[in-house]
Amino acid sequence: MDETDTERAGGKPDIAALMMTSPFAKALGMTLERIEKSKATLSIPYQDKLVGNPLTRVVHGGVVTALLDHASGFAVISALDRIDSIATLDLRIDYMRAAEPDRTIFADAHCFKLTTSIAFVRGTAYHDAPDDPIATAVGTFMLSSDAGRKAGANRK
Amino acid sequence: MSEAPETLNIALNGEATDIGALLAAIPYAQYLGMAVGRHGSELTFHLRHQEHLIGNPRLPALHGGVIGAFLEMSAILGLIWDAPLERLPKPVDVSIDFLRSAKPIDTFARAIITKRGRRVANVRAEAWQDDRERPIATLHGHFLVKPLAGAA
Repeated sequence: MDETDTERAGGKPDIAALMMTSPFAKALGMTLERIEKSKATLSIPYQDKLVGNPLTRVVHGGVVTALLDHASGFAVISALDRIDSIATLDLRIDYMRAAEPDRTIFADAHCFKLTTSIAFVRGTAYHDAPDDPIATAVGTFMLSSDAGRKAGANRK
Repeated sequence: MSEAPETLNIALNGEATDIGALLAAIPYAQYLGMAVGRHGSELTFHLRHQEHLIGNPRLPALHGGVIGAFLEMSAILGLIWDAPLERLPKPVDVSIDFLRSAKPIDTFARAIITKRGRRVANVRAEAWQDDRERPIATLHGHFLVKPLAGAA
């Protein structure tokens, strides 16, 4: 995520705008549904390109992983009182049932604990309601992950 | 996608498992830009760099979800390569450790079947970029498997 512009403006981060700077989230058609302090909900519409099993037309588990990862990242950003860069340290996904073809997938994420350098997050992916989950996630995120690294550092 | 199911069945249940054909039949693998190379009995998966795979445009770095999906797909295909299956393995859980920032270049992965049970397989997969000794991410997961009837 690119926080530079918001930083320069000295304002609060525009989460929806931040999200649009992530090419992969954009390419997958992710939409920010809701955001509040420490919590975020994202959605992803059903698309043929996301299919992992052409026999059943079920989307690939990796799509759910990406959605939960991104929603978790937004939960962390919304929990922080400052502009910061974050990076996923680890993410554990439990797949409870297959996502249904032709249906939008939602992901709720909640950043329930922040320390100086680490954020802890839980998330759930579902169609209708979080009590009938497709998958759940537990993740940890490193805060200030870009510290000391300039824009374009990875191009070297 | 109309001919894909047949290709998938042949690739899965045919006399020789064709991982390349399997990859070609999976839309999400195509979207990510995955390919496979074979060195003796070992498979190396290849994720061609594309700009739409970027998650952090500032550094820039590949999206964690891209790396996660690449590792998960490598684990699934590694399982099929290891022994013929009735259908695609289903992930039960995956745990991904992100070790280094993923640069905007090609990424590679290998899968290791730690244990193949009758119903559940335990798999590890490792991804790297310019140096195999410096992995960028690792996956550990459990997958539901259904061995092909009649296969050893």
